[in-house]
Amino acid sequence: MSVVDQARAPGTGPSLNGQRTSAAAARRRRRVRRLTYVAAVLLSAWVLVPIYLITVTAFTPRRVSYQFPKPLVPTELSGETVSFFSHSAGVLPALGRSVLVAAITLGLSTLLGAPAGYALARHRFRGKEAYRLLILSTRAFPVVILSIPLAVNFITWGIYDTTISVALMHTALALPFTVLITSSVFVSVPRDLEEAAQTLGCTPMSAFVRVVLPLALPGLAAASIFTFVLSWNEVFAAVILTLRQRTLPALVLSTLSTSPLPFRFAGAFFLLAPSLVFIFVIRRYLLGLWGRVSR
Amino acid sequence: MAGAAVTRGRGGRLGWTPYLLLAPSLVFLAVFFATPMFQAFGLAFQAPGGGYGLDAVQRMFGDVRFGRALTTTLVLVVAIIPIQFALAMGMALVVNARLKGTDLWLYIFALPLGISELAAGIVWFSIFTEQGWLNSFLEQAGLIERPYVFLSYQHPALLILAIVLAEAWRATAIIMIILIAGLQGIPRDYTEAADVFGADAWRRLRYVTLPLLKPTIRVALILRTILAFQAFATVLALAGSATNVLAGEAYRWYQTLREPRVAAAYASLILLLSVASTVLFLALIRTDEERLA
Repeated sequence: MSVVDQARAPGTGPSLNGQRTSAAAARRRRRVRRLTYVAAVLLSAWVLVPIYLITVTAFTPRRVSYQFPKPLVPTELSGETVSFFSHSAGVLPALGRSVLVAAITLGLSTLLGAPAGYALARHRFRGKEAYRLLILSTRAFPVVILSIPLAVNFITWGIYDTTISVALMHTALALPFTVLITSSVFVSVPRDLEEAAQTLGCTPMSAFVRVVLPLALPGLAAASIFTFVLSWNEVFAAVILTLRQRTLPALVLSTLSTSPLPFRFAGAFFLLAPSLVFIFVIRRYLLGLWGRVSR
Repeated sequence: MAGAAVTRGRGGRLGWTPYLLLAPSLVFLAVFFATPMFQAFGLAFQAPGGGYGLDAVQRMFGDVRFGRALTTTLVLVVAIIPIQFALAMGMALVVNARLKGTDLWLYIFALPLGISELAAGIVWFSIFTEQGWLNSFLEQAGLIERPYVFLSYQHPALLILAIVLAEAWRATAIIMIILIAGLQGIPRDYTEAADVFGADAWRRLRYVTLPLLKPTIRVALILRTILAFQAFATVLALAGSATNVLAGEAYRWYQTLREPRVAAAYASLILLLSVASTVLFLALIRTDEERLA
């Protein structure tokens, strides 16, 4: 029992007066706790109700989108709206491109960023702090806005309106995060294990592959999923850098003013659903991923 | 051989290895981050026939939509931040209170982390649109007789409110995660000591937790402000052409009007505003180490 617990426990106080205040304090704590539960429920409702509403909209027949007043609890469920969306012209190719762009972004940013993250975690060298500062300072800039000058470059290089150009932009967006996240993942793998492997005859490379990598893999996978979601969601650069080769968000955005309501609603659901699953998969890593990076 | 590698790694005398590991990321950022940043300004100050001039910048400032885009963006930044911080702080304190099912609360609060600007805009559009959920609810509750038009250029305040709500809904999660990480870095002894000395929950928050959380709050503020200056898809999905923001104007000048130079002028302005706000936050919110130094 710690000093604090003793002070709190009723009946162990030095005087009657002390007892009374600790009983009052306990009552107060219980009240704060009850209020905290109420806050938790209200804040959850704030997050969940809009998700519920868009899901209901996506899974009721198309005409309900135009119906007024809408039934707050759905009376009939159907896949009509979703299949109308997925069968609309250009949606499936755009979906494919979105996945491709996210996959290339993921591959490129890991390939470029993970070695730097490893260097930050394991090596001491001149210029390390300068490099870390540089990476951190990229967050003071609205990176996607750079897609406008980049578009001009891409036209000159002949890769404008391609999936690779969007992926390159997304990599620029994701790379600083990849460096910081992978560095914090590698820091969490004990250096002793790596050194022990080297003492036992591993080369630095094989010690990395056989000892560090397996231990770092879950964290790296979580970081990858995060990068994937980042690219999947990004729309400004995607819509600037493409004309016909739209990604899914770019397609939905560029048709906003002309598309029928059910198309937009189902589109929002399509964009939102995979992200919810991904966040569920990496829920244990969320604090580690973002928290450590943001300090 | 292997032993030698370990010693060299420890002593930091490994020579070129760390630099080789950093090089790919540095080269990439030079080409796709640093260069376009300078190019944005170069493009904005390019004269139509070549050479340099103020033509594009003048067209940006002279555009009839410029004033509203700038004020809407600034109003959004100012309105979003306090609402979002209050919400995020509430969520962070709930998670940090270690209620039953902490993991579940955290997951629910963190859900919007995966929701895009565009999806959030459409979700709130489905709520606020004329035949939307809010009107349906109000009608069924008997509060209105016919649907109210929330999203119209005739009600700029309501438009802004809708955008603020959508943005707060989507981007509070990231602030919350940063704040929780900061809260977990504060030793429990501090708040417990304050408790022993009779400070109630509010005083513990105001005089112990918040001051210790300052560096974290600063990071979150900078991050959120930069995001707000880029606000784009949420605005477009909710308001259409009923209102406009700086990033939306950049998009319009680039894609619809085919004027990359004016679009670059908008991009440069957004860059300048973001950097200025970062500098401002760094100057205004001093952490204790800096004050001692």
